[in-house]
Amino acid sequence: MSVGNNLRGKTAFVGAATFGCGEAPGYTAMELAAEAGRLAVEDAGLSLSQIDGLFICLPADFLSGLSIAEYYGIRPKMTNNSRTGGSAFFGHVEWAALALDAGLIDYALIVYGSNQRTGAGKLVSAQAPSVFEHPYRPNNPVASYALAASRHMHVYGTTPEQLASVAVSARQWANLNPEAFRQGPLSIDDALSTRLIADPLRVADCCLVTDGAAAVVMTRADRAKDLRKPPISLLGVASATWHSEISQLDDLTVTAATESGARAFAQAGLTVADVDVVNVYDAFTINTILFLEDLGFCRKGEGGPFIASGAISPGGTLPVNTNGGGLSFCHPGMYGLFTMVESIRQLRNEAGARQIAGAEIALAHGNGGTLSSQATCLMGVAHTV
Amino acid sequence: MTQEAPTATYFRHLTEGRFMLQHSPSTDEWVYYPRMIAPKTGATDMEWAAPSGLGTVYATTVKRMRPPAADVNIAIVELDEGPRMMTHVQGIAPEAVRIGMRVRACIVDGPDDAKILVFEPETAA
Repeated sequence: MSVGNNLRGKTAFVGAATFGCGEAPGYTAMELAAEAGRLAVEDAGLSLSQIDGLFICLPADFLSGLSIAEYYGIRPKMTNNSRTGGSAFFGHVEWAALALDAGLIDYALIVYGSNQRTGAGKLVSAQAPSVFEHPYRPNNPVASYALAASRHMHVYGTTPEQLASVAVSARQWANLNPEAFRQGPLSIDDALSTRLIADPLRVADCCLVTDGAAAVVMTRADRAKDLRKPPISLLGVASATWHSEISQLDDLTVTAATESGARAFAQAGLTVADVDVVNVYDAFTINTILFLEDLGFCRKGEGGPFIASGAISPGGTLPVNTNGGGLSFCHPGMYGLFTMVESIRQLRNEAGARQIAGAEIALAHGNGGTLSSQATCLMGVAHTV
Repeated sequence: MTQEAPTATYFRHLTEGRFMLQHSPSTDEWVYYPRMIAPKTGATDMEWAAPSGLGTVYATTVKRMRPPAADVNIAIVELDEGPRMMTHVQGIAPEAVRIGMRVRACIVDGPDDAKILVFEPETAA
């Protein structure tokens, strides 16, 4: 069976940007997204008129592909606003890579923006409440992730302290990132003394609610090498969907990241040992534990002790969420694209005080719904192709 | 065969005081939530039947409320027939619900002027 590796190295990320991370009062979601997109195109040394593939999600505009094409005054050949939650942008990368390789388009812009903090004041979810869950009024999404955490604790003995260590690590990285919204000291005790939201998850276990926008630009390898920045090659990308409602996941301690990760690694011809930096969608502290296990960075059930040992913190053996993640950097609602931007910045040696020296291979991982959609992307510097 | 409207039928049974689920004779599987097509097997011959009403807590959390509102248990119960469902475990402090606890279904008034299925510890029944 094909491992789908015929797209390996065929396309590259040539632009990346964030805008308005934290609080961006007065801006609409479209304005934030449009500015991030403009900055990413400028970062690539391109002009917006060259963008012929447009991929976007906005929190509440389900035809946002049409809206942003009009906003920019461009006429893309391919417009895609498909959604799988916060992992949607990985699907966009898959389609962009296919379309670029097929010659249907030449330059793809993938963009997202949200003003949920200063606009809505709370997490904006695009997931329709299930008629079978809604009568129980779960405080989703946190309740669903809390149920998964309860199961992980029951089966593997994962502790609240280990969950807290995920938040502490994220904060340590955020303290090295001037763009991070939440900075300052955070101890395990500090995290454990925050208010319970849905047991065992406390405020410190939950992602931020911020504004923010991100964007990346992709093109074919032949065009990528002549642009402003060194291209970051797409080595593998894969998505997997196993359920929508948390009660329908077969085993609440195992996510579809086992599948998306395995396929992305097979495409890339890489193993976990090749990865220098990891950025996963940490909507809640349990996510980082589940995804590091499911992607193969530690064994199932050992994520808690692995993280509590300091392995993923600054100075650890496996740098994870070097921007501070959704827990401490920013979380505008669909964080997935930010994992890609941070991975690109690390591989370009643009990460300042948090730079991982000599990073050549990065893994970005997105999550959508309630652990429902999982997507993994491996990227590398030019000579890794 | 084409199923009688699954969602409406499930809630109609609850309204009439009965916990009923779809069961497929050909595959001997119980289906929840109710569907036109059984997941994975694709069976379409489901008939409405009464499950035992017994199950085991698979996962549990407490939705913490700001006082004076009371905290609420949110759980996933695995029915003895196999399917799992989101529900409340009641009749016990919300944080005292444990994974592995045996529970029994009961029908109570829900928040939307409709009946809902909840569970209580089996020993309390």
